[in-house]
Amino acid sequence: MPVKSPFHPRTSQLCESMNYKEWAGYYAVSSYLVHHDMEYFAFRNSAGLLDITPLYKYSVKGKDAASFLSRIMVKNINKLKVGRVTYCCWCTADGKVVDDGTVMRRGDEEFFVTSADPCFSWFSRFKRGYDVQLEDISTQIAGLALQGPTSRDIIKQITSADMDRLKFFGTTRARVAGFEINISRTGYTGDLGYELWVDNANAIKLYDLLMAEGGRYNIRPAGLDALDVTRVEAGLILKDVDYYNALHALIDDRKSSPYEISLGWTVNLERAPFNGQKALKKEKESGSSWTIVGLDIDWTEIEKLYNSYGLPPEVGSMAWRDSIPIYKDKSKKTQIGYATSGTWSPILKKNIALATIEKKFDKPGATVQIECTVEHIRHTVSARLTSPQFFNPERKKSTPSVENKKQ
Amino acid sequence: MKGNYDAIVVGGGHNGLICAAYLAKAGKKVLVLEKRYVLGGAAVSEELYPGFTFSVASYVVSLFRPHIIRELELAKHGYEVIPMDCSLSPLPNGDSLARWGDAHKSRREISRFSQKDAEVYPEFSRIMTHMGKLAKEVIDHPAPDINSLKIKELANLLRLGKAFKDLGPDLLHMNIKLVTMSALDFLDQWFESEVLKAPMSVSGIIGTFQGVRSPGTAYVLLHHYMGQLDGAFRSWGFSKGGTGGISMACANAARSYGAEIKTNAPVHKVLIKNGQAYGVVLENGDEYTAKTIISNLDPNQTYLNLVGEKNLDDEIVKQVKRFKFRGSSGKVNLALDRVPEFSCRPGVGDHLRGDIAIAPSIDYLEKAFDEAKYGSFSKRPYINAVIPSLTDPTVAPPGKHILSCFVQYAPYNIKEGAENWPKYREAFGDAVVDTMAEYIPGLKDMILYRQVLTPWDIEKQMGLTEGNIFQGELSLEQLLFQRPISGYAKYKTSVPSLYMCGSGTHPGGGIMGASGELCAKTILQSRSI
Ligand SMILES: Cc1cc2nc3c(=O)[nH]c(=O)nc-3n(C[C@H](O)[C@H](O)[C@H](O)COP(=O)(O)OP(=O)(O)OC[C@H]3O[C@@H](n4cnc5c(N)ncnc54)[C@H](O)[C@@H]3O)c2cc1C
Repeated sequence: MPVKSPFHPRTSQLCESMNYKEWAGYYAVSSYLVHHDMEYFAFRNSAGLLDITPLYKYSVKGKDAASFLSRIMVKNINKLKVGRVTYCCWCTADGKVVDDGTVMRRGDEEFFVTSADPCFSWFSRFKRGYDVQLEDISTQIAGLALQGPTSRDIIKQITSADMDRLKFFGTTRARVAGFEINISRTGYTGDLGYELWVDNANAIKLYDLLMAEGGRYNIRPAGLDALDVTRVEAGLILKDVDYYNALHALIDDRKSSPYEISLGWTVNLERAPFNGQKALKKEKESGSSWTIVGLDIDWTEIEKLYNSYGLPPEVGSMAWRDSIPIYKDKSKKTQIGYATSGTWSPILKKNIALATIEKKFDKPGATVQIECTVEHIRHTVSARLTSPQFFNPERKKSTPSVENKKQ
Repeated sequence: MKGNYDAIVVGGGHNGLICAAYLAKAGKKVLVLEKRYVLGGAAVSEELYPGFTFSVASYVVSLFRPHIIRELELAKHGYEVIPMDCSLSPLPNGDSLARWGDAHKSRREISRFSQKDAEVYPEFSRIMTHMGKLAKEVIDHPAPDINSLKIKELANLLRLGKAFKDLGPDLLHMNIKLVTMSALDFLDQWFESEVLKAPMSVSGIIGTFQGVRSPGTAYVLLHHYMGQLDGAFRSWGFSKGGTGGISMACANAARSYGAEIKTNAPVHKVLIKNGQAYGVVLENGDEYTAKTIISNLDPNQTYLNLVGEKNLDDEIVKQVKRFKFRGSSGKVNLALDRVPEFSCRPGVGDHLRGDIAIAPSIDYLEKAFDEAKYGSFSKRPYINAVIPSLTDPTVAPPGKHILSCFVQYAPYNIKEGAENWPKYREAFGDAVVDTMAEYIPGLKDMILYRQVLTPWDIEKQMGLTEGNIFQGELSLEQLLFQRPISGYAKYKTSVPSLYMCGSGTHPGGGIMGASGELCAKTILQSRSI
């Protein structure tokens, strides 16, 4: 049986649809209303409030905390400044990704790490020789993501912490109504947004405050179905959907390096030894076999295909996560990869997908074929290879205080 | 004199801007000249009262062609439409009907008035969606020219013919009916409850000087079922920042491709030499020349003002003068100091986040039309109201709201003469506020600011002849190859090098972008620039 997050007394009241799923052993709302689209538009136009408590959370403290994390992560955490957050992944010795998450530096010797899978045991393996205290605080800290264009305005109502100065991927402590929380300008929607981290004891208070102050800014509780659409638009990958945890993969073919899942940019190779360094160096030199790309699926062809059956084009209103074959051309002779997740983008009016394809076929702008089943028959339609980041609004990174100064 | 332009677009409405964007994207040197200080025409946002951004004229979006969003990358340039979830019809007796995106919720609501209607409703929507397919064929292509025997024209006609044929005999029959019936007769075939039929039928009379019982009004109903074809679950929505947001996105796209846009640049005349258009002269005397001139203005303004009768054949002048405008709508925009709650459903909820139709019965609508027929505005009009600030918080200060009321009928030709409208403006505004106040207790005390637009104001401010919101009535005889005049329905005018790209051309009015796009593509195909 899943357990309830500290926000459950509130979220369960609001969840009219009773539409839940399980997320890391917690009840998680899929959508509050029968259809998730109003929640999606809250993320993109006002603010959606999402319970992210099910993420795994770790506190890493001590003199060697930074070098310990640098040993585990593909990124050099020694270089992360206090008050900054980084997104990265961590690998096995043979350079295959275990998980991805964020690392926040809250003090010289104090870090907060989030992950999708439980990683306490994995992190602990590398503790020897480091002066570091690693603690699993997953069940002590609750998390809320407040994402969308009005999220900053809402947070400004509940705290005096300077939100106009907090940059993209910055983090700060903040006092709200008599208790402390941590705020990071992070999220999974590719939009302006924040994640708020609060002790369980104050969780409900924080929730109520946000909902009360947020009313005037059109805050709306949002579930995972809406999140899924935004994260595909933002080109953000998901473990167990777009790649597998190397420790859980049953066969080697299911393991991926950071380069193969579009996280090459998070790897800092030239530095003190870290997990997977040798293998990654080698891969960097010899080249990777796979890569993740964006697919812009030709809508006109879909329309035509459906029309040939006398049907209006149909797209599910939900993001999907089935594996769909990708072919080099209409003949279907060469399968060059597979799409792993996709969605109709209400904002771009496009049918988009994230796909893993063989690196040698990765030519930006090239046209490939993606399978499309209509009336039980498998067809293909054209798709253009693009960057996975389909939607990237300016407000995501905008910082009013800095910009006003410039003018 | 400044020249060297490939094209000059007169008017910065959304169609003009889209036309400019397509031409600029194709590498053409383009100049847009807009009369007002602000772009958008009837798709315009203006801050008329501090902190409140009004969608002054058009207020909801559905028909905008999604391929234009893709082709001009409008999302990147700020295009954002947020769907509405509900259509609410409050009734004078304190009851109300709400129709929702959630089909079962709608069924339960409708069955309070008629169980039969509740069960037929989804069936009706399904068939209308099917027929929308045909309308889409019509909208996304230039109108076929029945007088021409060119292969291409024949192919166009055949494509339409095929789309018709694909519908199957039953649907085809229904479609033919749809084109000739009244909105009400058409709905009568399906539904019995007036509470449902009245708000549904008004879709057929928007922007026309006709009643829900007038023949031909059924066709316009169909438009409302088209948005659903484009992969969107709900069909109507709010443009972020007001409908001017769409025009801004179109302008940004046009600029990004290199188009030049000037505001406060009213064009006085199109310059014509040897029967051919070669430039424009502004009211301040500045002249600009270009290979092609494109007018975003309505047919009346384009032919009779910009070109002038002396440059036109008598036959053309006659045809243009016959083209009907007959504006019949007004707009009242209110800035409120709180959420206007309805007595039929107290509280602030999703029922206020969609459109709210004051159309309680067929009789009510017919009475409203009767008054208009005899030359006065309806004392109890049909109103389509929205509170966009509940969905898009950027248009009003926190806690404050906008109530936008689209009102019909306000006939342009009142019996005192159109030029006397300013004298009746406030009385018209009062009638609208009084009507709304019957459903919203305390409304009058919430009003911080009121803007009243009569058809006269729409004509004077936006340049729309007789205040017709669609640049000419969307009536059957003014559609397809007859829009605006037969022989010149494909964006060309009777003056060589002068084109039209406004909603006075096929496929007609609404924030659609189709006229602008199809005009640009026609020009590019002709390789005249
Ligand atoms: C009150 C009202 C409500 C409406 N509601 C809706 C709605 O909710 N949904 C919907 O889809 N549609 C609605 N419509 C219709 C829709 O807004 C129009 O069909 C559409 O915006 C027309 O766009 P356009 O570009 O073709 O023309 P216009 O918007 O008319 O653009 C013409 C432009 O030319 C400019 N101009 C005029 N004369 C000159 C000159 N001499 N020199 C230079 N520039 C000049 C004008 O200022 C204007 O910017 C509404 C219209 C009105 C008036």
